[in-house]
Amino acid sequence: MEKKANVLVIGAGPAGLCAGIETGKSGAKVIVIDENTRPGGQLFKQIHRFFGSEQHHAGVRGFEIGEMLLHKCKEAGVEMMLSSVVWGLSPEFRAGVVREGKRSMTITADKVILATGASENSLMFPGWTLPGVMGAGAAQTMMNIHRVLPGKRALMIGSGNVGLIVSYQLLQAGCEVKAVVEILPRVGGYKVHANKIARLGVDILISHTVLEVRGRERVEEAIVGRGDRNLRPIPGTERTISVDLVCLAVGLTPLSELAWLAGCKFGYFPLLGGFVPLHNRGMETTVSGMYIAGDASGIEEASTAMEEGRLAGVGALESLAFISAAEADSRRKEIEQNLLMLRKGPYGDFRHKEKEKIYSEWKKVKEKAGGYH
Amino acid sequence: MRIEKHPVLPDRPAGKKVDIFVDGRKVEAYEGEPIAAALWAAGIKKFRYTRKEKQPRGYFCGLGRCTDCVMTVDGVANVRTCITPVKGGMVVQTQKGLGIWKKRQMSW
Repeated sequence: MEKKANVLVIGAGPAGLCAGIETGKSGAKVIVIDENTRPGGQLFKQIHRFFGSEQHHAGVRGFEIGEMLLHKCKEAGVEMMLSSVVWGLSPEFRAGVVREGKRSMTITADKVILATGASENSLMFPGWTLPGVMGAGAAQTMMNIHRVLPGKRALMIGSGNVGLIVSYQLLQAGCEVKAVVEILPRVGGYKVHANKIARLGVDILISHTVLEVRGRERVEEAIVGRGDRNLRPIPGTERTISVDLVCLAVGLTPLSELAWLAGCKFGYFPLLGGFVPLHNRGMETTVSGMYIAGDASGIEEASTAMEEGRLAGVGALESLAFISAAEADSRRKEIEQNLLMLRKGPYGDFRHKEKEKIYSEWKKVKEKAGGYH
Repeated sequence: MRIEKHPVLPDRPAGKKVDIFVDGRKVEAYEGEPIAAALWAAGIKKFRYTRKEKQPRGYFCGLGRCTDCVMTVDGVANVRTCITPVKGGMVVQTQKGLGIWKKRQMSW
């Protein structure tokens, strides 16, 4: 079976859905494809209120934003293909797809927008493979989507926003959070999140890390200890905590296999999660007509992912002449303004700077490539 | 353990209760939820044993990427239980090593 589309969006998270809405509402034939049985990516497990300004849905909970985006997708006439894995992507934008683990098909598109998100990083220590050690996001899925308590007594590794927010959500679900350990001498995430769990009596142990997790075929206890300035454990500082759940919240890595397959050029940007497909301000990769948005283009937040998805959509629309250059410019201007706002402050500035580096690396690669012709 | 009351989330939509069979044991589950969630709710945390070291593995990434949670489901080995929905009457087995591969699994 073969299908055709003007725009193929891969990934139905915040970035992908916004790309779908942006392109669909201007008349393009759009397919948004996702391997999961439900759309929304990780939005539906975000039960906290979002920050930022009103236009970025501040005060609205993640799953409510998810519902709203799905509604808008429907209005925009976006075709949603779920339970469909894109296993390959050629430079001619032919995507190999397997539906429901059985039927094979191809989709050919004029433009492709990659919105494949990210996966959680892991951390290795003795006992890290025991059942009961899991990603913080995995625990969040288990409790907030499937309504199953991942554990009764938890240890959280990492104090970034994911670690802090998931700790709070574990408490909300009825799990005791014994401690949050952070190897650095300071809390990684927003103060407001840290204060919230500290008020509820959760110990946030800075300059601490997990040394070992023990148990008979499942997590029964964790050994934590203090680390020195070089992040090495200090002997004699170990203590044992009785837990049945250890959550890892130690960062995310962009999922960009399809960009590799399609021949996109990458750069290494550790502050944004590692290897990132180079892209310009309009989210176009080094492969013309292929765009990238959201965490796949560098780890940020759902709110920036949504704006980036729109930005990628505008680029695709303009190059397919669904909108005029003037219209594209005016939409881009508004979105870039929004992104600037979202990348401000102590947690935003560095992301703005890293993104600028990605744009200039993209330019260098393009100029070099142009020189061969 | 299932979360019955939640301070933020609306009540769980009433799903259809079905039975699945895990290593011969009858386990109550909701149709459509991932197999892994049903097992965890029933207190089952060991999903498979590794091939060389025979170490237990459970639910880890919850996204269908890490393959820690694979089990043999209805005779098919290496099914990612964190993203495979429950159907009534499913036969789920703790997997040893890579499991036994059937021809039909490789034919598509």
